[in-house]
Amino acid sequence: MESVLGRYRNLVILVGVLFLQVLGLAVQVKRSSDTENTRLIRVWAVDLVTPFERVLIWAQNGSGNLWHSYVYLRGVRAENRQLKDQIEQLRLEQVRLNEDAVQAHRLQALLAFKEQYISRTVAAQVIGSSGSDSSRMLYIDKGENQGLKRDMAVITADGIVGKVLQVFPSVSQVLLINDQSSGVGTILEKSRLQGFLKGTATGEVVLEGVMSDEQVAPGERVLTSGGDQIFPKGLPVGTVTKVGAGKDLFLNIQIKPAVNLGKLEEVLVVVERQERQAQTADVGRVRAADILAQRLPSVPDKPVAATNTPTTVPAGTVVAPKQVAPKLAPTSAETVAKQPVKSSSGSLVAGSKPGSAAATQPKPSTTPTVPGPAKVDPAKVDPATANSQDSPH
Amino acid sequence: MPITYTSGEQLEVYRFSLPVTVGVPLLALFLQAFLPRRFPGFAVYLDLPLLVTIYFAMARRNPISGLFTGAVIGLLQDMLGHNPIGIYGIAKTVVGYLASSLGVKLDVENAGARFLLTLGFYFIHSAVWFTVARGMVSLTQNWSWSRGLLAGLANAFLGVILYFFLDKFKQRA
Repeated sequence: MESVLGRYRNLVILVGVLFLQVLGLAVQVKRSSDTENTRLIRVWAVDLVTPFERVLIWAQNGSGNLWHSYVYLRGVRAENRQLKDQIEQLRLEQVRLNEDAVQAHRLQALLAFKEQYISRTVAAQVIGSSGSDSSRMLYIDKGENQGLKRDMAVITADGIVGKVLQVFPSVSQVLLINDQSSGVGTILEKSRLQGFLKGTATGEVVLEGVMSDEQVAPGERVLTSGGDQIFPKGLPVGTVTKVGAGKDLFLNIQIKPAVNLGKLEEVLVVVERQERQAQTADVGRVRAADILAQRLPSVPDKPVAATNTPTTVPAGTVVAPKQVAPKLAPTSAETVAKQPVKSSSGSLVAGSKPGSAAATQPKPSTTPTVPGPAKVDPAKVDPATANSQDSPH
Repeated sequence: MPITYTSGEQLEVYRFSLPVTVGVPLLALFLQAFLPRRFPGFAVYLDLPLLVTIYFAMARRNPISGLFTGAVIGLLQDMLGHNPIGIYGIAKTVVGYLASSLGVKLDVENAGARFLLTLGFYFIHSAVWFTVARGMVSLTQNWSWSRGLLAGLANAFLGVILYFFLDKFKQRA
């Protein structure tokens, strides 16, 4: 027996080592797909590799900043001019969007919507990957010490990236949306069809769960639905690129992610979300007809100075100068209501009823918090934990 | 380039200093994790830990040392991902054992032999990896011959260059 073992010593050791690994693998598979069981030994590997990555990223960023900030300034003047033009255009657009947002806020309040706000994010730098094609994930330079937890959403300004898979003291693993073990609840922007996003073995992203009798067109945007309880609703996911017949009465929809997952440098981790009901008190009892009236073209008012003394309205009241809904036979009360009133900021307000919210209730700010699905407030990026103030926003 | 069959007495057995033994595999793992950040296709086609496993196994010409080198490097590679630990470990254990066993019998010093052996070991590694990943862990993986061949050639080419540099660290046992 000893001579046999001695003769096949190498082979016996090989079989032994393989057996141990197969046993370990079987235990992990049997227990669960959860990686918590092997957390401790993963920490060793992460601690071995990530310090080098941090140092290299730090050196790379340092030299890059030096070069781009002080040496290579070619074209900066032209770019500056271009950016100023762009700012002017964006300001104009912002005015328009603000109006729409205020309108949306009031309508949501009427419908008693519950909204999710991204109230705090932590900016993190991508420092590495798994190095394997079968495990599509990233390492970021923030961890437990910065308040990160499992299953937190990871996003950029362009769209969603993935979720936090494992958290170590100063490093975290992020599972990308194109990994085959990931899943994201999504909704198509126009058709409002819901499905779930999955990664494939080849790193592509597909939308599953949409029935084959539905119409989905390439080019349609895909947003998060909020159904997975990880990603807030309404974040960009990607665009439909190809639609084909899939398995079992479902469509095979290929998605191009909104974010270039292969070239990520900085990401935002959503560490705090708030779900709150739209504040109906802000707008009081506003009738849909009143809202509509402000949007409709109107006949210019007569000069008011002779008939009415302007009434003071608190700052921030929604103002719609020269927009009065045409009315055929106003009553006496309505006649009063149609007279413009003056806000504290000097703006004229039309169409406010004497006892209505618009006329009596103070509005808290001139730039109201814009409710909407998952808004990221750049000012709320945690400066203490952020790498720099130059977040992707 | 022919792979020559050589008797055991004619073959040189090499050893490496402790810093090289520990540092080179760690550097390979670090680069494997870091470079895909800049070059997204890197992890798809190249496997630096595999090349290091093959090199150390062939140079030492000791099957036990080869299989343990493969096991340790493979397990560390597994730990950096999120899949169950052991898939790369098993594949690299087999490669380490075979590379060192072949190193005992063949002259693996010339570039042509190294190229062909690395290409062959890449396919063996992929076959074992796929078998374990699909059979035990139920990972859905699609094998593409064109991509596999391209990756095999890329690894073999890089391997020849890498082995040339690593030769400078080896010492006669």
